Amino acid sequence: MTEKRKIKVLVCKPGLDGHDRGAKVLARALRDAGMEVIYTGIHQTPDDVVNTVIQEDPDAVMLSMLSGSHNAICPVIMQKLKEQNIDDVLVAVGGIIPDEDKPFLEKHGLKGFHGPGTDLKTIVEFVQNNLKR
Amino acid sequence: MEYSNLITKLLEGNTRAAARLITIVENDIDAAETIIKSIYKSTGNAYILGITGAPGSGKSTFISTLTNTFIEQGRKVGIICVDPTSPITGGALLGDRIRMKQYFTLDRVFIRSMANRGQLGGLARATEDVIKILDAYGCEIIIVETVGVGQSEVDIFKSAETVIVLLVPGLGDDIQAIKAGIMEITDIFVVNKMDFPGADRKVAEISQMLELNSSFKYQSNQLREEYFKLVAWPPEIVKVNSKTGENFKELIEIIKKHIQFLEDTGVISNYLKNRIKSETLQILKHKLQKKVEDLINSNQEKIEQYINKVIEKSLDPYSMADIIIKMLGIEK
Ligand code: B12
Ligand SMILES: Nc1nc2c(ncn2[C@@H]2O[C@H](COP(=O)(O)OP(=O)(O)OP(=O)(O)O)[C@@H](O)[C@H]2O)c(=O)[nH]1
Ligand SMILES: [Mg+2]
Repeated sequence: MTEKRKIKVLVCKPGLDGHDRGAKVLARALRDAGMEVIYTGIHQTPDDVVNTVIQEDPDAVMLSMLSGSHNAICPVIMQKLKEQNIDDVLVAVGGIIPDEDKPFLEKHGLKGFHGPGTDLKTIVEFVQNNLKR
Repeated sequence: MEYSNLITKLLEGNTRAAARLITIVENDIDAAETIIKSIYKSTGNAYILGITGAPGSGKSTFISTLTNTFIEQGRKVGIICVDPTSPITGGALLGDRIRMKQYFTLDRVFIRSMANRGQLGGLARATEDVIKILDAYGCEIIIVETVGVGQSEVDIFKSAETVIVLLVPGLGDDIQAIKAGIMEITDIFVVNKMDFPGADRKVAEISQMLELNSSFKYQSNQLREEYFKLVAWPPEIVKVNSKTGENFKELIEIIKKHIQFLEDTGVISNYLKNRIKSETLQILKHKLQKKVEDLINSNQEKIEQYINKVIEKSLDPYSMADIIIKMLGIEK
């Protein structure tokens, strides 16, 4: 008997960015949509993120970045995930992501890019509709 | 077999295989059966430590500091953190990792968060299976953080060799909780946050309570009789600061002493027997319930007839249950 499958999501804040309000709002919204949400807190290195992904085996990873360091950090995370052959996890980034950076991040396999004022329902649906497994 | 590839890797100590197998046993109870059956021979090596206490008492911080001392001893540690599922949305916020030290490396520490998915008792349905997977994966010590709400989160004592209950200085609410059922399962009381005022008073309160209740041990109490804690092991009390590691040396000594006690007295083999018993019972309940549900679903017309008979009073619910048991092929 298979229980109704739960979506498991990791919400984290890579780098030195201390803006954690959005990440907490996001974590609650996803929980209220019935998902199991792991929140790791701020100041995560790319290795921290990847190690947590390895151990927790989530369906999606939400990187919340408002500090402007997304172009430097996200490709490193994607590279490290690739080295681990992790290819069935949705990796999204959002927060403050300027339009001109999106093609670059997209090229590295990232999705999302939602910014300030995004309706929480939109983000919940985005997760539900972009899962890779 | 479907999972044999993952299982082979698990037994080689592959971390991703362990993580994926945990996901599978959490989500699919039939798969869990297959997996546990094939790894069972490789389990039974880990020492299991259960940590419970009120929300915010510092369980995760405590576990992090404790884990540090274990890895300094060269041990491989598994940590399972159980958090409550919201009964309304079915979702859960798993935040224990925030308190876990970042410099734990993958080959030394495996941390896994679990939602309890509505199961009462402080653990998730799959916790026991996850413990086995981490055991087979090679964790020598497995620490389980339970959902700590108050009084009834005592299931951990069925899985753990040593149960530690965390209390904090201040209000006496937690003492009430202990009186109401946690006491019987506690091996070590830890007064955490000893840097707060009132730690010594809390220690005194606990020891007083234990003394007051020492006559209790002569009464017939099923938990006590089966596990004979208190009788031969008067619970120890220690105050610590989980943020600084103060008094963890003493704590480690107490843990060692407890393990020694379990081995010397043979209580440990008693634990194992009882664990197997309660686990099998759990599995049986589940299997029988499923059989009954299947039977009812595939005999709806017949059941409907019986229900009508009960309404007409030519049958009663007890007799109807007996008929269903006969249909199951289990003689009454
Ligand atoms: C509040 C705030 C702060 C607070 C943060 C409090 C806290 N604990 O979070 C304080 C005062 C501490 C602060 C400090 C600073 N801040 Co500030 N701050 C803001 C502000 C005004 C709002 C952020 C916020 O909380 N929004 C509310 C939440 C709910 O929204 P959100 O985070 O955007 O999240 C939503 C979406 O973006 C999305 N989302 C978020 N993450 C993700 C992830 C994924 C995967 C997805 C799909 C969606 C998603 O979902 C959420 C819900 O809609 C923004 C400006 C702005 N309008 O965004 C500046 C802003 C982010 N801060 C900025 C700066 C520069 C700073 C400081 C460096 C200032 C300084 N010189 O000291 C410091 C740095 C602090 C640090 N350690 O990192 C800049 C960043 C510029 C940049 N990126 O180039 C901004 C953009 C202001 C600006 N216009 O210049 N800040
Ligand atoms: N001063 C002090 N603070 C502590 C100590 N141990 C934990 N804390 C703090 O207590 C708060 C709660 O700690 P956690 O480890 O998250 O507690 P928990 O019991 O795991 O909480 P839940 O999992 O939410 O039930 C955090 O802010 C910790 O930093 C301690 O010994 N002294
Ligand atoms: Mg905790």
